[in-house]
Amino acid sequence: MRDVAIVSFAQSNAASEVRSEVEILQPVAAEAVKNSGLARTEIDFTCSGSSDWLQGQPFAFVMALDAVGSWPPIKESHVEQDGAWALYEAWVKIQTGEVESALVYSFGKTSPGDIAQVQALQLDPYCVTPLWPDLDSLSAIQARACLEVGVVTERAMAEVVSRSLRDARDNPHAVRKGDHSVDDLLERPFQVSPLRELDCPANSDGATAMVIVAGDRAKQLCDRPVWIRGFDHRIDPPALGTRDLTRIPSAKLAAEKAGAHRDKLDFAEVTAPYSHQELLLRREMGLADDLSVNPSGGSLATHTLMSCGLNRIGDAAMRIAAGKGDRALAHAGQGPCLQQNLAVVLEGE
Amino acid sequence: MATIEELVARAEPLKGPHVIEYPFRRSCGPVLSKFFTGLREGKLIGVRSETAGVLVPPAEYDPQTAEGLTDFVEVGPAGKVVSYAWVSRPRPMQLLQHPFAYALVELDGADTGLLHMVDVGGDESKMSVGMRVAPRWKAEREGSVRDIEAFVPEAEARPAPPVIAEPDEPVKSVATPLRLEYDFTAGREQSIFLRALASKKIVGARSPGGDLVYVPPRGTDPRTAEPTPDFVEVSDKGTVVTYSIVRVPSENIHFELPYVCINVLLDGSDIPFFHVLQNCELTDVRLGMRVQASWAADEDLTESVESIRYFEPIDEPDVPFEQFKEYC
Amino acid sequence: MAERCAVIGVGQTKYDATRYDVSMPGLLREAAIRALEDAELTWNDIDAIVIGKAPDMFEGMMYPENYLSDALGATGKPLLRVHTAGSVGGSTANVAFSLISSGIHDRVLTIAWEKQSESNAMWALTLSPPFSVAVVAGAGGFFAPLVRTYMRRSGAPEDTGILVALKDRKNALKNPYAHLQMPNVTYEEIRDSFMLWDPIRYLESCPSSDGACAMIVAKEDLAGKTPRKPAWVLGSSMRSEPVQFAKRDAVNPMAGRQAAKDLYQQAGIDDPRKQIDCIECYVPFSWFEPMWMETMGFADEGEGWKLTHDGTTALDGARPVNMSGGVLSSNAIGASGMCRYAEAVNQVRGEAGEHQVDGAKISLGHAYGGGSQYFSMALFGADKP
Repeated sequence: MRDVAIVSFAQSNAASEVRSEVEILQPVAAEAVKNSGLARTEIDFTCSGSSDWLQGQPFAFVMALDAVGSWPPIKESHVEQDGAWALYEAWVKIQTGEVESALVYSFGKTSPGDIAQVQALQLDPYCVTPLWPDLDSLSAIQARACLEVGVVTERAMAEVVSRSLRDARDNPHAVRKGDHSVDDLLERPFQVSPLRELDCPANSDGATAMVIVAGDRAKQLCDRPVWIRGFDHRIDPPALGTRDLTRIPSAKLAAEKAGAHRDKLDFAEVTAPYSHQELLLRREMGLADDLSVNPSGGSLATHTLMSCGLNRIGDAAMRIAAGKGDRALAHAGQGPCLQQNLAVVLEGE
Repeated sequence: MATIEELVARAEPLKGPHVIEYPFRRSCGPVLSKFFTGLREGKLIGVRSETAGVLVPPAEYDPQTAEGLTDFVEVGPAGKVVSYAWVSRPRPMQLLQHPFAYALVELDGADTGLLHMVDVGGDESKMSVGMRVAPRWKAEREGSVRDIEAFVPEAEARPAPPVIAEPDEPVKSVATPLRLEYDFTAGREQSIFLRALASKKIVGARSPGGDLVYVPPRGTDPRTAEPTPDFVEVSDKGTVVTYSIVRVPSENIHFELPYVCINVLLDGSDIPFFHVLQNCELTDVRLGMRVQASWAADEDLTESVESIRYFEPIDEPDVPFEQFKEYC
Repeated sequence: MAERCAVIGVGQTKYDATRYDVSMPGLLREAAIRALEDAELTWNDIDAIVIGKAPDMFEGMMYPENYLSDALGATGKPLLRVHTAGSVGGSTANVAFSLISSGIHDRVLTIAWEKQSESNAMWALTLSPPFSVAVVAGAGGFFAPLVRTYMRRSGAPEDTGILVALKDRKNALKNPYAHLQMPNVTYEEIRDSFMLWDPIRYLESCPSSDGACAMIVAKEDLAGKTPRKPAWVLGSSMRSEPVQFAKRDAVNPMAGRQAAKDLYQQAGIDDPRKQIDCIECYVPFSWFEPMWMETMGFADEGEGWKLTHDGTTALDGARPVNMSGGVLSSNAIGASGMCRYAEAVNQVRGEAGEHQVDGAKISLGHAYGGGSQYFSMALFGADKP
């Protein structure tokens, strides 16, 4: 595998944006390009992630090209997935040897539509979507299954929330943050029992951009390139009724294949939109109880749909670049109850 | 009527409702056809798989191996709750509007959970993992998961009422209507353009360096993604650089057929935009013809492209193709 | 490319206006299972899956590939979902090629699909946000003005579009998968068909179809072990440009010209007119055949129409184009790009049935999308490079 490094990262997150997607994305992409040290036209490949349903327009990603510039014509692709999978496609493209660098971006607004209803469109269209369950409810079913067998406790979930929102105070991009004691959290009413409001994701609007560069060129561009040492993603079956909801086999497999434990991890950034899912991911991906997870605050602090996975990777990379750790696991997940999971291992020089 | 400077100074973008609505109808294939036909008859059908036992709803394939499945078995109708979520505040889209549970129900004879609703009259204390439930059937069933209104505690369940008129044909498709409502934001640049239309002005933005004028403003020069903060008013007269005559109907288009869709290059701009041409015989439409916007009456002007009702021909000589060939 | 890559299996569904007999998973499995059978492989032999389709609004689903994952044997495997507008069928295959040429995987299933009958393409493509007025009547409404510009620029005879449609509709009669089968079609019938988007006639337009197309892609040492001949990937390219900018040439877009140039460079093609035996390209409206012939360098600018009139692009011509009947005969939008690749692949494998071009050694597959702004192309060879 070729050595590939994350050389720059930028993000914008807000609870609710009145700007258009192009207006949100343009400064973020410009910042990532500027901080990469490469000129826009020097970047060999571009790949993005988005979903048409968030703005209710087919080909939403076509207009987004206006925000990154595509003249002269660019080598470009797009996934209708979280930007973390766009990063994967870009990384694969560099592995072919055809390109040396890539701009990866993603964007999404959860505020314009009824996001609960929009997200119900990802379920079995014949037998499940017609009943209009929201992801909060499906995740609550998963949480209860976990509570029943004791792989999580309500207190442990509250501890995840308390720690995440406290850590988020240091994250300027977090839209939900604060100091909440575990006891206080456990007193709060249920949103969808057994989940309370703060166990659920902080849905937000925003955009994310990242530049990755291969080999020696990355070393020239930054003092401390953050290397992608392993990269993998896997998927589980969609029907919740056929899955053991207390397990996430695809997360375990992705972390193994990415080589998460070939060496000691200093911290992890995982996409856990619901508090119990962090606990499940810790178990599946073999993260020790005392390992720092989501120092950014994670999805409980900012859940920018289509960007949240790429944000976790970028947050982890920037933390390593700042010298706050040498080796991290970053994870992206999407689909109901984390059906699809991606793991990337990052290392500082 | 506002000046461009006044329009640009108004930072708050416009917002408006956007609705996506369609009566999707899905062909269901041989396996789901069995399931839905069963539901219409008041029966629950599963399929036997090698790796996951009896699947309900039945799938056409094994979830682990993808091998095809055809060994159907009747299951339930009663079963037990494997896990559930208590919905204390139902959302408008949901089918029960009092508190209820979404639950995975493992039907007797099945090995997987069916996702459905459990109705215990809004009393969460009646819910528990492992509780026995059975379907509350609709009297008039069409072959849909909605033929079961909800599962209820087994003791309260009644057998499915007989089908009123037994159709001969198996269920071949299922209706899944969709209606999504969005609070659309036009964005800052677009809002400047739209507000100008309400003042009978057409506003464009200069590309960085100022050599080209974009109408409508796009926020950036799409070539380079550099911002275009410099706004300029352009003429409401222009040249037809290309066109088509549309004779095909479309749900979302409200012009009478046939209509002429033109790419019009407004004087002072460098990019054509789409609109319609009226007050012109179809046989008279031609490349290079000069046209002008026909504005709505002052009281009907809105912050919308609808403020330009259409374009119409004006008495000016045609522009030679050579002069606009770069723009079409 | 680092690792050599070949297509070793192809599977397509029957295309039709409404595949009322199958579910969405059933539609995809029909193509995927045929591709596995063609390569004499099983689900277990596949390392990863790359799915492509055009807007999810056609089916009213978000992330449809997640729901479809286990239908395609993806459980426990990597699954990517590509969407690059109408070019997606081509770019999806290109991503699958990258997964092989990078050395990451040995065998990849790639599949592209659309089940347009779940809704209505004209509805989905004319959704307009507030403050705007819907005036562009779907894809035809967008592309008809470009066709008019091409006619004006080139001075092409007015019946060029009719001749292309007649050729492709006749070719489709040799392709059992093709949606439109018009055994008695005549020049006059096409000429007299209704003007939908003047200057585009009804019979010069593509249908709206349900369908899926799948390919199995493998690395070099596995490609040699297949029962049928592999098609070697000699090159693949993608280019995008903005949908609109001042003075953009949307009739002969730079992105298309650059993608073709890149492709020929990768494959060591000095003269595409001499070295490429047949072309399957994305022609949703018949006039796009001459336009793309120019963009891809098979004719000088303004002269692409001559290839239609002199019979070069006919099935028995010097350089046939759209042997399968093309998009004009079957258009499941998301699948259409991969169908082009699949036909090009089968030509060099000698597996194209009645529409086989004798002795085809090098073929080109082409797809485009958006406002003629996204391009995906690949070159396939009968012989290992």
